[in-house]
Amino acid sequence: MAVMKVAVIDYGMGNLRSVARALEHVGAESVVVTDNPAVIQGCSRVVFPGQGAVRDCMSALQAHDLLGVLEQVMADRPFLGICMGMQALMERSEENQGVTALGRFAGTVRHFRALTADNPALKIPHMGWNGVEQSQAHPLWAGIANGERFYFVHSYFVDPRSPDIVYGESEYGGRFAAAIGAENVFATQFHPEKSQQPGLRLLQNFLAWDGQACN
Amino acid sequence: MGLAVRIIPCLDIDDGRVVKGVKFVDIRDAGDPVEIARRYDRAGADEITFLDITASHEDRETLVHVVEAVAAEVFIPLTVGGGIRSIADVRRMLNAGADKVAINTAALRDPDLVREAAERFGSQCIVVAVDAKRVGDDEQNPRWEVFTHGGRKPTGIDAVEWAGRMAAAGAGELLVTSMDRDGTRVGFDNALNRAISEHAGVPLIASGGVGSLQDLVDGVQQGQADAVLAASIFHFGEYTIAEAKAHMADAGIEVRR
Repeated sequence: MAVMKVAVIDYGMGNLRSVARALEHVGAESVVVTDNPAVIQGCSRVVFPGQGAVRDCMSALQAHDLLGVLEQVMADRPFLGICMGMQALMERSEENQGVTALGRFAGTVRHFRALTADNPALKIPHMGWNGVEQSQAHPLWAGIANGERFYFVHSYFVDPRSPDIVYGESEYGGRFAAAIGAENVFATQFHPEKSQQPGLRLLQNFLAWDGQACN
Repeated sequence: MGLAVRIIPCLDIDDGRVVKGVKFVDIRDAGDPVEIARRYDRAGADEITFLDITASHEDRETLVHVVEAVAAEVFIPLTVGGGIRSIADVRRMLNAGADKVAINTAALRDPDLVREAAERFGSQCIVVAVDAKRVGDDEQNPRWEVFTHGGRKPTGIDAVEWAGRMAAAGAGELLVTSMDRDGTRVGFDNALNRAISEHAGVPLIASGGVGSLQDLVDGVQQGQADAVLAASIFHFGEYTIAEAKAHMADAGIEVRR
Protein backbone atom coordinates (compact mmCIF):
# COMPACT_ATOMS: atom_id res chain seq x y z
CA MET A 1 0.00 0.00 0.00
CA ALA A 2 1.27 3.43 -0.83
CA VAL A 3 2.37 5.58 2.10
CA MET A 4 -0.10 8.38 2.84
CA LYS A 5 1.70 11.67 2.40
CA VAL A 6 0.65 14.82 4.22
CA ALA A 7 1.81 18.20 2.97
CA VAL A 8 2.34 21.03 5.43
CA ILE A 9 2.40 24.12 3.27
CA ASP A 10 5.46 26.23 4.06
CA TYR A 11 5.25 29.80 2.87
CA GLY A 12 7.47 31.36 5.52
CA MET A 13 4.71 32.21 8.01
CA GLY A 14 5.56 30.80 11.40
CA ASN A 15 6.60 27.70 13.24
CA LEU A 16 5.52 24.88 10.93
CA ARG A 17 7.73 22.23 12.43
CA SER A 18 5.51 21.88 15.46
CA VAL A 19 2.58 21.09 13.16
CA ALA A 20 4.67 18.50 11.34
CA ARG A 21 5.94 17.00 14.59
CA ALA A 22 2.44 16.76 16.03
CA LEU A 23 1.19 15.01 12.86
CA GLU A 24 4.06 12.54 13.10
CA HIS A 25 3.32 12.03 16.78
CA VAL A 26 -0.24 10.90 15.97
CA GLY A 27 0.90 8.49 13.31
CA ALA A 28 1.36 10.30 10.00
CA GLU A 29 3.75 8.11 8.04
CA SER A 30 5.14 10.83 5.84
CA VAL A 31 4.88 14.55 6.48
CA VAL A 32 6.47 16.96 4.01
CA VAL A 33 6.95 20.60 4.93
CA THR A 34 7.12 22.19 1.51
CA ASP A 35 6.45 25.18 -0.72
CA ASN A 36 6.77 23.13 -3.90
CA PRO A 37 3.42 23.02 -5.79
CA ALA A 38 4.26 19.69 -7.44
CA VAL A 39 5.07 18.08 -4.10
CA ILE A 40 1.86 19.44 -2.56
CA GLN A 41 0.00 18.10 -5.56
CA GLY A 42 1.44 14.64 -4.86
CA CYS A 43 0.16 14.52 -1.27
CA SER A 44 -3.17 13.00 -0.32
CA ARG A 45 -3.82 15.46 2.53
CA VAL A 46 -2.89 19.08 3.01
CA VAL A 47 -2.38 21.15 6.15
CA PHE A 48 -2.33 24.92 5.71
CA PRO A 49 -0.96 26.55 8.88
CA GLY A 50 0.28 30.06 9.44
CA GLN A 51 0.65 32.94 11.84
CA GLY A 52 0.75 36.67 11.46
CA ALA A 53 -1.25 38.93 9.18
CA VAL A 54 -3.46 38.07 6.20
CA ARG A 55 -1.74 40.65 4.00
CA ASP A 56 1.68 39.07 4.57
CA CYS A 57 0.17 35.63 4.16
CA MET A 58 -1.36 36.48 0.78
CA SER A 59 1.81 38.08 -0.57
CA ALA A 60 3.88 35.13 0.67
CA LEU A 61 1.52 32.69 -1.09
CA GLN A 62 1.86 34.73 -4.26
CA ALA A 63 5.65 34.94 -3.95
CA HIS A 64 5.86 31.16 -3.50
CA ASP A 65 3.51 30.66 -6.45
CA LEU A 66 1.10 28.64 -4.35
CA LEU A 67 -2.30 30.15 -5.25
CA GLY A 68 -2.99 27.73 -8.08
CA VAL A 69 -2.19 24.55 -6.22
CA LEU A 70 -4.06 25.81 -3.16
CA GLU A 71 -7.20 26.33 -5.19
CA GLN A 72 -6.95 22.80 -6.47
CA VAL A 73 -6.22 20.99 -3.20
CA MET A 74 -8.92 23.00 -1.40
CA ALA A 75 -11.35 21.44 -3.86
CA ASP A 76 -10.33 17.81 -4.05
CA ARG A 77 -8.73 16.35 -0.87
CA PRO A 78 -8.83 16.53 2.94
CA PHE A 79 -7.63 20.02 3.79
CA LEU A 80 -6.99 21.49 7.24
CA GLY A 81 -6.42 25.21 7.79
CA ILE A 82 -4.94 26.34 11.11
CA CYS A 83 -5.08 29.87 12.57
CA MET A 84 -3.93 32.17 9.74
CA GLY A 85 -4.64 29.20 7.48
CA MET A 86 -8.30 29.54 8.51
CA GLN A 87 -8.48 33.32 8.19
CA ALA A 88 -6.92 33.24 4.72
CA LEU A 89 -9.81 31.05 3.49
CA MET A 90 -12.26 33.96 3.82
CA GLU A 91 -13.05 36.53 1.13
CA ARG A 92 -11.31 39.43 2.77
CA SER A 93 -9.73 40.77 5.93
CA GLU A 94 -10.35 44.22 7.34
CA GLU A 95 -6.72 44.57 8.42
CA ASN A 96 -4.54 47.17 6.63
CA GLN A 97 -7.64 48.89 5.22
CA GLY A 98 -8.76 45.66 3.62
CA VAL A 99 -6.99 42.71 2.04
CA THR A 100 -8.46 40.26 -0.47
CA ALA A 101 -7.97 36.67 0.68
CA LEU A 102 -8.54 33.23 -0.88
CA GLY A 103 -12.34 33.40 -0.91
CA ARG A 104 -13.02 29.73 -0.22
CA PHE A 105 -15.69 30.84 2.27
CA ALA A 106 -18.00 33.86 2.24
CA GLY A 107 -17.24 36.26 5.05
CA THR A 108 -14.57 38.50 6.47
CA VAL A 109 -11.76 38.60 9.01
CA ARG A 110 -12.23 41.28 11.65
CA HIS A 111 -10.23 42.74 14.52
CA PHE A 112 -11.14 41.62 18.06
CA ARG A 113 -11.87 45.20 19.06
CA ALA A 114 -15.20 44.68 17.30
CA LEU A 115 -16.07 42.08 19.96
CA THR A 116 -14.30 43.49 23.00
CA ALA A 117 -15.22 47.17 22.61
CA ASP A 118 -17.63 47.00 25.58
CA ASN A 119 -15.01 45.41 27.78
CA PRO A 120 -11.64 47.15 27.47
CA ALA A 121 -10.22 44.89 30.20
CA LEU A 122 -10.15 42.06 27.64
CA LYS A 123 -6.65 42.05 26.25
CA ILE A 124 -5.72 41.53 22.63
CA PRO A 125 -4.40 39.16 21.32
CA HIS A 126 -6.87 36.57 22.57
CA MET A 127 -4.24 34.23 23.95
CA GLY A 128 -4.60 30.98 25.84
CA TRP A 129 -6.92 28.03 26.35
CA ASN A 130 -10.56 28.63 25.56
CA GLY A 131 -13.51 26.28 25.34
CA VAL A 132 -14.89 25.32 21.95
CA GLU A 133 -18.61 24.54 21.66
CA GLN A 134 -19.18 22.15 18.79
CA SER A 135 -22.02 23.77 16.84
CA GLN A 136 -22.31 20.85 14.41
CA ALA A 137 -21.13 17.26 14.39
CA HIS A 138 -18.07 16.58 12.26
CA PRO A 139 -15.69 13.62 11.88
CA LEU A 140 -12.86 15.84 13.15
CA TRP A 141 -14.62 16.20 16.52
CA ALA A 142 -14.64 12.42 17.06
CA GLY A 143 -13.63 11.56 20.62
CA ILE A 144 -13.35 15.23 21.63
CA ALA A 145 -15.70 16.46 24.37
CA ASN A 146 -18.01 19.32 23.52
CA GLY A 147 -16.62 22.43 25.25
CA GLU A 148 -13.05 21.07 25.34
CA ARG A 149 -10.37 23.75 25.62
CA PHE A 150 -7.89 24.46 22.83
CA TYR A 151 -4.97 26.89 22.60
CA PHE A 152 -5.61 30.15 20.74
CA VAL A 153 -3.46 33.13 19.87
CA HIS A 154 -4.90 35.71 17.49
CA SER A 155 -5.96 39.35 17.23
CA TYR A 156 -8.42 38.89 14.34
CA PHE A 157 -11.38 36.55 14.11
CA VAL A 158 -13.39 35.03 11.27
CA ASP A 159 -16.90 36.37 10.72
CA PRO A 160 -18.60 34.02 8.22
CA ARG A 161 -21.60 35.20 6.23
CA SER A 162 -23.47 31.95 6.82
CA PRO A 163 -23.70 30.03 10.12
CA ASP A 164 -23.87 26.83 8.06
CA ILE A 165 -20.09 26.64 7.81
CA VAL A 166 -19.50 27.11 11.56
CA TYR A 167 -18.49 23.89 13.34
CA GLY A 168 -17.19 25.38 16.59
CA GLU A 169 -17.65 28.57 18.55
CA SER A 170 -15.78 30.24 21.38
CA GLU A 171 -16.43 33.29 23.52
CA TYR A 172 -14.17 36.30 24.04
CA GLY A 173 -16.09 39.53 24.38
CA GLY A 174 -18.64 37.88 22.11
CA ARG A 175 -19.02 34.61 20.28
CA PHE A 176 -16.78 33.94 17.32
CA ALA A 177 -16.09 31.08 14.91
CA ALA A 178 -13.41 28.76 16.31
CA ALA A 179 -13.81 26.15 13.56
CA ILE A 180 -15.37 26.28 10.10
CA GLY A 181 -15.72 23.84 7.27
CA ALA A 182 -17.51 22.55 4.20
CA GLU A 183 -17.01 19.47 2.06
CA ASN A 184 -13.34 18.45 2.20
CA VAL A 185 -12.18 21.58 4.05
CA PHE A 186 -11.97 22.05 7.81
CA ALA A 187 -10.24 24.94 9.54
CA THR A 188 -9.55 25.92 13.14
CA GLN A 189 -8.71 29.27 14.66
CA PHE A 190 -6.97 27.44 17.52
CA HIS A 191 -3.71 25.53 17.26
CA PRO A 192 -4.38 21.78 17.53
CA GLU A 193 -0.63 21.17 17.46
CA LYS A 194 -0.32 23.15 20.71
CA SER A 195 -3.51 21.93 22.37
CA GLN A 196 -2.20 18.79 24.04
CA GLN A 197 -4.46 15.71 23.99
CA PRO A 198 -7.59 17.21 22.39
CA GLY A 199 -5.49 18.87 19.71
CA LEU A 200 -3.57 15.70 18.95
CA ARG A 201 -6.89 13.86 18.71
CA LEU A 202 -8.17 16.37 16.17
CA LEU A 203 -5.03 15.87 14.06
CA GLN A 204 -5.42 12.11 14.35
CA ASN A 205 -9.03 12.47 13.21
CA PHE A 206 -7.82 14.53 10.26
CA LEU A 207 -5.44 11.75 9.21
CA ALA A 208 -8.35 9.28 9.30
CA TRP A 209 -10.85 11.60 7.59
CA ASP A 210 -12.24 10.70 4.15
CA GLY A 211 -13.01 14.34 3.37
CA GLN A 212 -16.76 14.11 3.78
CA ALA A 213 -18.26 16.68 6.13
CA CYS A 214 -21.10 14.51 7.49
CA ASN A 215 -21.17 11.02 8.91
CA MET B 1 -16.95 29.11 29.37
CA GLY B 2 -14.29 31.68 28.65
CA LEU B 3 -10.57 32.06 28.39
CA ALA B 4 -8.67 30.22 31.12
CA VAL B 5 -5.93 31.84 33.18
CA ARG B 6 -2.71 30.03 32.38
CA ILE B 7 -0.35 28.47 34.89
CA ILE B 8 3.19 28.43 33.58
CA PRO B 9 6.00 26.62 35.32
CA CYS B 10 9.29 28.30 34.58
CA LEU B 11 12.44 26.26 34.18
CA ASP B 12 15.64 28.20 34.63
CA ILE B 13 18.23 26.50 32.48
CA ASP B 14 21.98 26.53 32.93
CA ASP B 15 24.02 24.44 30.51
CA GLY B 16 21.12 22.11 29.75
CA ARG B 17 20.03 21.58 33.37
CA VAL B 18 17.13 23.08 35.30
CA VAL B 19 18.04 25.34 38.19
CA LYS B 20 16.19 27.87 40.28
CA GLY B 21 17.98 30.66 42.01
CA VAL B 22 16.59 32.43 45.02
CA LYS B 23 17.19 36.10 44.32
CA PHE B 24 19.38 34.75 41.50
CA VAL B 25 22.13 33.75 43.90
CA ASP B 26 21.39 30.55 45.78
CA ILE B 27 21.05 28.00 42.98
CA ARG B 28 19.86 24.42 43.40
CA ASP B 29 19.76 21.71 40.72
CA ALA B 30 16.25 20.49 39.90
CA GLY B 31 16.97 18.13 37.03
CA ASP B 32 16.57 17.27 33.40
CA PRO B 33 14.51 19.78 31.39
CA VAL B 34 12.98 17.25 28.99
CA GLU B 35 11.79 14.99 31.76
CA ILE B 36 10.48 17.91 33.79
CA ALA B 37 8.68 19.44 30.80
CA ARG B 38 7.05 16.09 30.05
CA ARG B 39 5.95 15.79 33.67
CA TYR B 40 4.51 19.29 33.73
CA ASP B 41 2.68 18.69 30.45
CA ARG B 42 1.03 15.58 31.94
CA ALA B 43 0.33 17.42 35.17
CA GLY B 44 -1.72 20.03 33.32
CA ALA B 45 0.66 22.97 32.86
CA ASP B 46 -0.80 25.36 30.28
CA GLU B 47 2.56 26.43 28.89
CA ILE B 48 6.20 25.99 29.76
CA THR B 49 8.83 28.71 29.88
CA PHE B 50 12.57 28.15 29.67
CA LEU B 51 14.82 30.92 30.84
CA ASP B 52 18.48 30.58 29.98
CA ILE B 53 20.06 32.18 33.02
CA THR B 54 23.68 32.20 32.01
CA ALA B 55 23.27 32.76 28.30
CA SER B 56 26.87 32.29 27.30
CA HIS B 57 27.24 31.43 23.65
CA GLU B 58 27.94 27.72 24.26
CA ASP B 59 24.98 27.38 26.60
CA ARG B 60 22.64 28.85 24.02
CA GLU B 61 23.59 26.06 21.67
CA THR B 62 22.81 23.58 24.45
CA LEU B 63 19.45 25.26 24.94
CA VAL B 64 18.59 24.85 21.24
CA HIS B 65 18.94 21.09 21.68
CA VAL B 66 16.87 21.14 24.86
CA VAL B 67 14.09 23.03 23.06
CA GLU B 68 14.21 20.60 20.14
CA ALA B 69 13.97 17.61 22.43
CA VAL B 70 11.08 19.08 24.42
CA ALA B 71 9.15 20.26 21.35
CA ALA B 72 9.30 16.77 19.87
CA GLU B 73 7.11 15.35 22.61
CA VAL B 74 5.38 18.16 24.47
CA PHE B 75 2.46 19.71 22.58
CA ILE B 76 1.71 22.82 24.60
CA PRO B 77 3.21 26.27 23.98
CA LEU B 78 6.88 26.71 24.81
CA THR B 79 8.47 30.07 25.54
CA VAL B 80 12.22 30.56 25.53
CA GLY B 81 14.02 33.55 26.98
CA GLY B 82 17.45 34.59 28.11
CA GLY B 83 20.16 35.80 25.82
CA ILE B 84 17.89 36.56 22.87
CA ARG B 85 19.76 39.44 21.26
CA SER B 86 19.01 39.42 17.55
CA ILE B 87 16.59 38.42 14.83
CA ALA B 88 18.86 35.44 14.20
CA ASP B 89 18.48 34.34 17.84
CA VAL B 90 14.69 34.61 17.57
CA ARG B 91 14.65 32.59 14.38
CA ARG B 92 16.92 29.90 15.82
CA MET B 93 14.68 29.38 18.84
CA LEU B 94 11.48 29.34 16.76
CA ASN B 95 13.04 26.84 14.37
CA ALA B 96 14.09 24.67 17.31
CA GLY B 97 10.43 24.45 18.29
CA ALA B 98 9.79 27.42 20.58
CA ASP B 99 6.39 29.05 20.09
CA LYS B 100 7.41 32.32 21.70
CA VAL B 101 10.65 34.02 22.57
CA ALA B 102 11.08 36.43 25.43
CA ILE B 103 13.26 39.44 24.72
CA ASN B 104 14.61 41.32 27.71
CA THR B 105 17.83 43.37 27.82
CA ALA B 106 18.23 43.43 24.05
CA ALA B 107 14.95 45.34 23.75
CA LEU B 108 16.39 48.07 25.96
CA ARG B 109 19.54 48.28 23.89
CA ASP B 110 17.65 48.22 20.61
CA PRO B 111 13.90 48.95 20.87
CA ASP B 112 13.56 48.36 17.12
CA LEU B 113 14.42 44.70 17.66
CA VAL B 114 10.92 44.06 19.06
CA ARG B 115 9.22 45.85 16.18
CA GLU B 116 11.33 44.05 13.62
CA ALA B 117 10.87 40.64 15.25
CA ALA B 118 7.10 41.14 15.49
CA GLU B 119 6.90 42.18 11.85
CA ARG B 120 9.01 39.24 10.75
CA PHE B 121 7.53 36.46 12.90
CA GLY B 122 4.23 37.87 14.19
CA SER B 123 3.34 39.44 17.54
CA GLN B 124 2.02 36.11 18.81
CA CYS B 125 5.56 34.82 19.28
CA ILE B 126 7.21 37.93 20.73
CA VAL B 127 7.16 38.29 24.50
CA VAL B 128 8.92 41.22 26.12
CA ALA B 129 10.27 40.52 29.58
CA VAL B 130 10.15 43.51 31.91
CA ASP B 131 12.19 43.32 35.12
CA ALA B 132 10.87 46.06 37.38
CA LYS B 133 11.75 47.42 40.80
CA ARG B 134 9.95 49.99 42.95
CA VAL B 135 11.64 53.36 43.16
CA GLY B 136 10.87 56.25 45.52
CA ASP B 137 8.98 55.82 48.78
CA ASP B 138 5.55 57.22 47.98
CA GLU B 139 3.40 54.22 48.95
CA GLN B 140 0.27 55.86 47.58
CA ASN B 141 1.73 56.49 44.14
CA PRO B 142 4.21 53.72 43.50
CA ARG B 143 6.60 53.98 40.59
CA TRP B 144 8.69 51.25 39.07
CA GLU B 145 11.83 51.35 37.03
CA VAL B 146 13.18 48.81 34.57
CA PHE B 147 16.29 47.08 35.92
CA THR B 148 18.79 44.81 34.19
CA HIS B 149 21.42 42.32 35.34
CA GLY B 150 19.12 40.46 37.70
CA GLY B 151 17.88 43.63 39.34
CA ARG B 152 21.24 45.23 39.97
CA LYS B 153 21.39 47.88 37.24
CA PRO B 154 18.81 50.66 37.00
CA THR B 155 17.97 52.00 33.55
CA GLY B 156 16.10 55.16 34.48
CA ILE B 157 13.15 53.94 32.37
CA ASP B 158 9.66 53.89 33.86
CA ALA B 159 8.48 50.26 33.76
CA VAL B 160 4.80 50.95 33.05
CA GLU B 161 5.58 53.34 30.23
CA TRP B 162 8.15 50.91 28.81
CA ALA B 163 5.65 48.05 28.85
CA GLY B 164 3.20 50.20 26.89
CA ARG B 165 5.88 51.11 24.37
CA MET B 166 6.78 47.45 23.87
CA ALA B 167 3.14 46.47 23.35
CA ALA B 168 2.81 49.26 20.78
CA ALA B 169 5.99 48.05 19.07
CA GLY B 170 4.41 44.61 18.58
CA ALA B 171 5.01 42.56 21.71
CA GLY B 172 2.11 40.10 21.91
CA GLU B 173 2.60 39.49 25.61
CA LEU B 174 4.54 40.88 28.57
CA LEU B 175 6.40 38.83 31.15
CA VAL B 176 6.56 41.12 34.16
CA THR B 177 8.92 40.19 36.98
CA SER B 178 9.07 42.14 40.20
CA MET B 179 12.72 42.23 41.17
CA ASP B 180 11.68 43.25 44.68
CA ARG B 181 9.60 40.11 45.06
CA ASP B 182 11.60 37.56 43.11
CA GLY B 183 12.63 34.78 45.48
CA THR B 184 10.87 36.31 48.49
CA ARG B 185 7.72 34.12 48.46
CA VAL B 186 5.51 36.99 49.64
CA GLY B 187 3.42 37.22 46.45
CA PHE B 188 3.46 39.12 43.16
CA ASP B 189 3.70 42.91 43.07
CA ASN B 190 0.05 43.23 42.10
CA ALA B 191 0.07 47.01 41.94
CA LEU B 192 2.81 46.79 39.32
CA ASN B 193 0.95 44.17 37.29
CA ARG B 194 -2.32 46.07 37.46
CA ALA B 195 -0.67 49.31 36.34
CA ILE B 196 0.91 47.55 33.36
CA SER B 197 -2.26 45.59 32.53
CA GLU B 198 -4.29 48.77 32.36
CA HIS B 199 -1.69 50.66 30.37
CA ALA B 200 -0.46 48.09 27.86
CA GLY B 201 -3.60 46.12 26.88
CA VAL B 202 -1.78 42.92 25.87
CA PRO B 203 -1.75 39.71 27.93
CA LEU B 204 0.45 39.83 31.02
CA ILE B 205 2.33 36.99 32.70
CA ALA B 206 2.95 37.78 36.36
CA SER B 207 6.25 36.60 37.76
CA GLY B 208 8.36 36.94 40.89
CA GLY B 209 7.45 36.21 44.48
CA VAL B 210 5.00 33.29 44.51
CA GLY B 211 5.02 31.50 47.85
CA SER B 212 1.47 30.20 48.16
CA LEU B 213 -1.51 29.24 46.04
CA GLN B 214 -3.35 32.33 47.26
CA ASP B 215 -0.58 34.42 45.64
CA LEU B 216 -1.66 33.00 42.28
CA VAL B 217 -5.28 33.99 42.94
CA ASP B 218 -4.23 37.49 44.01
CA GLY B 219 -2.10 37.84 40.91
CA VAL B 220 -5.19 37.35 38.76
CA GLN B 221 -7.79 39.16 40.88
CA GLN B 222 -5.65 42.08 42.03
CA GLY B 223 -2.95 42.22 39.38
CA GLN B 224 -5.19 41.40 36.38
CA ALA B 225 -2.63 38.85 35.23
CA ASP B 226 -3.64 36.60 32.32
CA ALA B 227 -1.09 34.01 33.27
CA VAL B 228 0.93 33.25 36.37
CA LEU B 229 4.48 32.01 36.27
CA ALA B 230 6.09 30.13 39.11
CA ALA B 231 9.05 27.89 39.66
CA SER B 232 10.06 26.79 43.14
CA ILE B 233 6.57 26.11 44.53
CA PHE B 234 6.15 23.56 41.74
CA HIS B 235 9.70 22.36 41.24
CA PHE B 236 10.24 21.28 44.81
CA GLY B 237 6.93 19.47 45.05
CA GLU B 238 5.24 21.86 47.48
CA TYR B 239 2.15 22.07 45.28
CA THR B 240 1.01 20.33 42.13
CA ILE B 241 -0.40 22.16 39.11
CA ALA B 242 -3.72 20.46 39.87
CA GLU B 243 -3.75 21.85 43.41
CA ALA B 244 -3.00 25.30 42.07
CA LYS B 245 -5.84 25.03 39.57
CA ALA B 246 -8.27 23.71 42.17
CA HIS B 247 -7.44 26.62 44.45
CA MET B 248 -7.91 29.12 41.63
CA ALA B 249 -11.16 27.53 40.51
CA ASP B 250 -12.49 27.71 44.09
CA ALA B 251 -11.75 31.44 43.98
CA GLY B 252 -13.89 31.74 40.85
CA ILE B 253 -11.06 31.89 38.32
CA GLU B 254 -11.41 29.96 35.06
CA VAL B 255 -8.73 27.36 34.60
CA ARG B 256 -8.16 24.50 32.18
CA ARG B 257 -8.68 21.12 33.83
